[in-house]
Order: sequence, then structure tokens, then C-alpha cells
Amino acid sequence: MTAAVNVSRFEGIAMAPPDPILGVSEAFRADTDVKKLNLGVGAYRTEELQPYVLDVVKKAENLMLERGENKEYLPIEGLAAFNKVTAELLFGADNPVIKQQKVATIQGLSGTGSLRLAAAFIERYFPGAQVLISSPTWGNHKNIFNDARVPWSEYRYYDPKTVGLDFEGMISDIKAAPEGSFVLLHGCAHNPTGIDPTPEQWEKISDVIQEKNHIPFFDVAYQGFASGSLDADASSVRLFAARGMELLIAQSYSKNLGLYAERIGAINVVCSTADAAARCEDIDCTLSRDMEEMVVKSVRLVSDVWNITHYLLLISWCPLVNLCCNWDSVKGVLVKSQLKRIARPMYSNPPVHGARIVANVVGDPALFNEWKAEMEMMAGRIKNVRQKLFDSLSAKDKSGKDWSFILKQIGMFSFTGLNKTQSESMTNKWHVYLTKDGRISLAGLSLAKCEYLADAIIDSYHNVS
Amino acid sequence: MWKCFSTTSRCFSTSTSNKALKWWDHVAPAPKDPITSVTEAFLADTSPTKINLGVGAYRDDEGKPVVLQCVREAEAKIAGCDFLESVSSAVSSKLVEESVKLVYGKDSDIIKEGRFAGVQALSGTGACRLFAEFQRRFYPESQIYMTDPTWSNHHNIWRDAIVPERTFHYYHRDSKGLDFSALLDDVKNAPDGSFFLLHPCAHNPTGVDPTEEQWREISYLFKVKNHFPFFDMAYQGFASGDLDRDARSIHIFVEDGNVIGCAQSFAKNMGLYGHRVGCLNVLCNDAEQAVAIKSQLQLIARAMYSSPPVHGILLVSGILCDPNMKALWVKEVKAMANRIQSLRTTLQKSLEHLSSPLNWEHITNQVGMFCFSGLTPEQVDRLLREFHIYMTLDGRMSMAGVTTGNVSYLANAIHEVTKFG
Repeated sequence: MTAAVNVSRFEGIAMAPPDPILGVSEAFRADTDVKKLNLGVGAYRTEELQPYVLDVVKKAENLMLERGENKEYLPIEGLAAFNKVTAELLFGADNPVIKQQKVATIQGLSGTGSLRLAAAFIERYFPGAQVLISSPTWGNHKNIFNDARVPWSEYRYYDPKTVGLDFEGMISDIKAAPEGSFVLLHGCAHNPTGIDPTPEQWEKISDVIQEKNHIPFFDVAYQGFASGSLDADASSVRLFAARGMELLIAQSYSKNLGLYAERIGAINVVCSTADAAARCEDIDCTLSRDMEEMVVKSVRLVSDVWNITHYLLLISWCPLVNLCCNWDSVKGVLVKSQLKRIARPMYSNPPVHGARIVANVVGDPALFNEWKAEMEMMAGRIKNVRQKLFDSLSAKDKSGKDWSFILKQIGMFSFTGLNKTQSESMTNKWHVYLTKDGRISLAGLSLAKCEYLADAIIDSYHNVS
Repeated sequence: MWKCFSTTSRCFSTSTSNKALKWWDHVAPAPKDPITSVTEAFLADTSPTKINLGVGAYRDDEGKPVVLQCVREAEAKIAGCDFLESVSSAVSSKLVEESVKLVYGKDSDIIKEGRFAGVQALSGTGACRLFAEFQRRFYPESQIYMTDPTWSNHHNIWRDAIVPERTFHYYHRDSKGLDFSALLDDVKNAPDGSFFLLHPCAHNPTGVDPTEEQWREISYLFKVKNHFPFFDMAYQGFASGDLDRDARSIHIFVEDGNVIGCAQSFAKNMGLYGHRVGCLNVLCNDAEQAVAIKSQLQLIARAMYSSPPVHGILLVSGILCDPNMKALWVKEVKAMANRIQSLRTTLQKSLEHLSSPLNWEHITNQVGMFCFSGLTPEQVDRLLREFHIYMTLDGRMSMAGVTTGNVSYLANAIHEVTKFG
């Protein structure tokens, strides 16, 4: 005899809207037409349009299997070996911010998870501060900030008239924002437009951010995919770091190491004391490090009981603090502890597998070099496809429209300039799947399909409004 | 010589003439996590006799972490397999279904009729957090009732999800058992339709579980009060050694017609701690509602981490979907539970043998990974400083860290700090 079941407490809950990006792949899978082409989600495909497992990843996984490593919990901040190499990859191992230990790094669940940690940190420590995001930006950015209760507003970015960067609009909007806003910047290979600022433009962006006491917040999801060079793609971040600015940077290894499903990334916080006097350059490094450790230990000990402001007032009279030249490193420890506090009630500690893969690949010189070569190959394939698409469009389109923006854009994506209706026609008539904003993922395009795609684009652009 | 420090919390400057705003200066260091900080301290200790009874992670009789045989086999199988870019919905659904079978029984109507919304989650923590966010989104005025005491991270999870918490009586400090009548009173006195967080077996941190009869009474009361029971099942298999038996409390609630939610973790019972594999399911009235609720849970996850890590999913899926692997797993769980049970007995006997003036029956009365020893913070501190034995300040000992090699040392140490009462 079964008892009558209570009515569910969640009776009237509505179906959530499908994700605009992931929903494209779902629709693609359901399509039975042989000509179908998936240019939706930014996942790298080979020329045969198959997913690609990097050789270095296979090697790393084999090494890990041979070693038979255990499956214990990682610390809340993640795998130490991973945290070390990921920061070095971003800044360069010889970068002053690394050498001076100014970077606090926490492993996160790919880009999304790392952004969410940062968003929660902003909400907690900068209540009311808003994040400025580019118009357009990756769709999930808004969800992340909304769920984290961080207000956001947009800065102009994409200019539909030029299919390029609205630089004046961007600078103007960043200037107009309240002082102390967070400015979300794409480190390279802007998603969805593929339009990156030039080095000169980056300098000017950095100027206006400094002027307004804003804080730069980089989302680096495609390091290596823009130019093919991991170092070159990090130049925007390194430019800002070289100016001594304090930064937030989210990283992802989903695309560049093909570790999409392993969810591996990081959030980095660069702490910087602009006051050179505090750096005590004359003091011997070893001595200062001991003192720094002492201060850090004291801070940790006391933090359980005392409010930090009271404690800092107390130690402000202590000459040791004057001599402690790496206050940024201490600050980094404090910041790290608060990021951990955000992570613990979210998932306790991050997943180990992807972190070990990255640590093995980036930490081993031979594997790292192999990775660089594979990265160049992947980015190279995309560049070739861009070229072929451009050539096909130019040859087939008799209207004289300038398609060169395809070559100027960089990274996995191209913003075609197609509007919503035209994009829908691409799908309904041509079985080409893309997001409604006209973004195509070139990573999902083969040389063989370029001509078909060109036909589809030309038809949708000219014959559909 | 003395530099002036600004007293404002926002801009802590080493020089008063500093123009640039110091972004992170007002960030105070967070209090240490009471559980993970124990392991941190243990790792830093160089004493050869140190024992870690902090975090609830299983150890073998040599005190070493264990990778289960079924996991090793699953690992070998997936190595060199076709790479998964994202978890395909087929694998995902299969895993959720197999997980949910562990909760409700493989022949349950719930599964046949699809009356559950199930998603993978980042182990138990992630499952609880998804539910807490979901609860807040659809019942913004609600609270959550938690046992006194409960796992420390439960407080953090619902707090960060902005759901206020209340406690209800659970542990009876004098008897070191269940404070049953006070528990029932609290359940009765809570407003109808309240949300409760329950541990279906192997309560953390106390190790005190209601009897089957007691669960029946609780379940009946829940049904009458239309409360929502949310079960956090992190130790299925560790209470009795039998996975099905450990889910008995949940079966009782469901048989009574309660509509429940359940978080599952594969961290302990499959030893997949670092892979973060778990499952959240919420019972529904029909399959259509299940689809809607699942979509909402996925939406919450999308803005937090997008999707769960695939490696652990493949391991769990590989084990649960293969009858031989699953049978091996069931045996290995039983072996882990047996080892802990036998050491509970040994520890209790050792203390009695030392003529301890205290009653140590609770060591074998309590179940699961933990023993709520009743040691005071001062005694815990002495154990740390004098004997290099690590546990959380509330006196919770992870019995998984006890071995035949260290149990005498542990008994002696406990006796030393408690012999004068």
C-alpha cells in the first residue's frame, strides 16, 4: 500500500530558456540534413571536422596513468604545481610580478568557474561596484554577474558599420563609468567578434583605466589561439602588468589544450604597491622573505580572532613591517584566503584531473614545446580557413562588398555582420548552425566547406533582411 | 622612521602621498576552514608519530590513501578511449539514472516513471549548493533547518546562497546519542512546509543515526507538516557496509509519500575525492515537471561552472553501468566500512583496558567515518601539541585515519588527556 504522495513544493516551475550557445549544438544534432555544418560552439575541429585530442594531452594522461597517482582532495586553492605554471604561462616565468610573488592564483573550474569566483569576490569586497562588459560579449558573462549579484553595464565595442572596433566609443564609455569600476577585457581573440585592439589601442585603454582608477579584469580564454603564439597572445595582460597595475585575470584551458570537459582554469589577482619606497630594494632578498613569512604567519594567527584593521593598526608601529618589502605578497595571501572562502561553499575543492594534465604539459619543457607546436598548428588551420573563406566570398560575391574583415578578425570566431533573421535563414535554408548574433566558429569550418559557407553567407546577406 | 598608516580600511597606504587606489588593501584574511586547516597543519608537522584524524578521507591500515580496485579498472578502460569534449547527454543521463538507483532502489517506480529531476554536481558540496541556490530562487523567503551540529561547510553553503538557517536539536551531549524527543519537538514546532537538511546515514560529525523506528516517526511527522526533507548522503555504504541499507531512511520517507531532494557524493564511497563527482536529485510529481526542474538546475550550474568535470563522471559511469565492476565496488565499500568498525572496537577496548574513568561506548555506538569523541577543545589542543594527533576542535575524529599500527598510541594519548576527567 503506497501512501498518498505530497504535492511537490516545486510544482509550478517553468522550463528554463535554452542556452543560446549550447542550444545551437543541440539543434545541430537533431538536424538530419547531410549538408549541415556546425559553426556554433567554439570547440576546435580538425579538417575532417572531428574533435581533436592534443598529443601532449594523451602523453600527459599516459604518464599520469603509469604513475598511478592517488585521488585525494586538492587543497581549496587547487594543485600547487598547476597554480605555479598557469601564472608563469600568463606572465612569463621571468616577469617581475612572478619573481616578486605579486600574483595570487586559485585553480578554478575553467573560465566560467574562475570568472564566478572573481565575481563573488567583487560582490563581497566591492559592493556596488559595477563591471563594464563589451557590447557584445560572450553570452555567459551576463549570467555569471547576474547570479553573483554584480551590477554590470556595457561599453561600446563592435561597430557594425566597419565590422571593426568602435574605439572612440569604447574609450568614451570607460571614461564615463563611475570611478573604481571593473572593466572586463578579453585578453585576445575577442568572443564573439574576433576583433582585438591594436597594441597602441591597448596602451590608450590602459591609460584611461588608470586615469579613472578602474580595475582591469581580463578574461583569457584563447591564449595561443589568436596568433598561434602563447606569449604574443598574452601581450595585452603583460602590458597592463608592466605598468604596475593591479589586475584580475581569469584563464581557461578548454580551447588551447582541448580540455573542455575537464574544467580547468584559474583566477589570478595581481597585487601591486605603486609606492616604490615600500619595496625596500636595498634590503637583501632572503632577509625580507623571512620577515615577510613572519608577518604572514602573524597575520594568519591573529586573523582568526582580530579584525584585520585593528591588527594592522597595531603592527603599523612595528618596524618589521617597514622592512617587509613584499607587502604585495602578503596582500596576495589575504586575497587568496578570501577566494578560498568563496570556493569552499561552492564546490569545496577543484577537480584534480585537468590540473594534473596542465601541470604536466606546461611544467615539462619537452611537452611544453610540443604543445607550442600543436597550438601553432591549430591556430594555423583556422588562419587558413579564414583565408579560404575570404577568397571564396570575394570570388563569389559580385556586389563589391568588402569581406576583408574576415581576415582582420582573429581567433576562433568571426562576426559575420549577419543579423538575427539572416542568421536564421543560414540555419533554416542552408543548415548552417551559428549563434543568432551572426557569430561563426571558424574552428568548426573545414577548407572543403568554405565554398558552401560562402554561398550561404552571400545568399543570407543579400537576399534576406 | 615610523611610517604613518592610514586608518581607513579601504586604502591602506604605506605612504600618505600615494595616489593610486590600493585595490585589495581592505581585504581581510579569511578565517581558516576548520576542517581543511587541520590537514594543512598536519602536513607541516614533521613528527614521525603524527596522526591525521581531521578530514573524512578513507585510509588503509597503513594510513595511506586508497584508490579502489574498481576505480583502477575503470581508469584503465577509459584510457585511450574516444575523447569526450563535453559530457554527452547520453552518458550524463545514464550516470544520473544509475546514481539515483542507488538512492531509491533499482526497481523504484520513481525511476521507471521519470519522476525525478537529476543533474550531476561537483560532489556533495556542489549538489548541496545547487539545491540551496534553487531553494532560494523559488522559495526566496524560506529558511533551512540544520542539525545541531552539522558538517561545518553546510553553514557556509546555505549562507552563501543567502538562505537563512535555523538549527534543530539532534545530538545529546550527555548521552552522546540522539536527542530524539527534542528533535521531534523542533520538527513539530517548525512552521508547516519548512525545509530541513537531514543526514540519511553516518551523520557528520556525530556518527549518531536515528534507528529505523525513529526514522519512521520523523518521516510521519514530516508528511503531516508538509516539510521538505533534503538529504545529504555523503557516506552511503559507510554506516552499515551495505549501500541499500544505508539508504533505508530515504526509502521510509518516500514510502510515506514525502517528496524529497537528495545530494549524493562519490568522494568517499568510491574514493573519488579529487574528481568532484556527485549528483543532485529532486523528486517531482511527474516527468514533465522533472524536465522543467532539471533545466532550472542546469541554468544555475551554467553560471557557476558551466558543466561538471568529465573524468570522474566516466569513472563512476564505468563502474555503475558494468555489473561486474559494480559488484566489485560493493565488496570494496563493505571492506572499508568493516575496517573502520573493527578499529572502533579496538580503540574502545584499548581505552577500557587502560582503565579510563570515562565511558567510551559511543565509539562503537556511533557509525560511519566519524566518532564524536566528547573531547573538549583543550583536550584536542593537548593531543595536538603533546602527541601530534590532529582532529577538529569539536572533538570529531575521523576513524578512517586510525590503523592497527597507531591505535595503541592513540588510546594512550586520549587516556593521558582525559584520565583526570
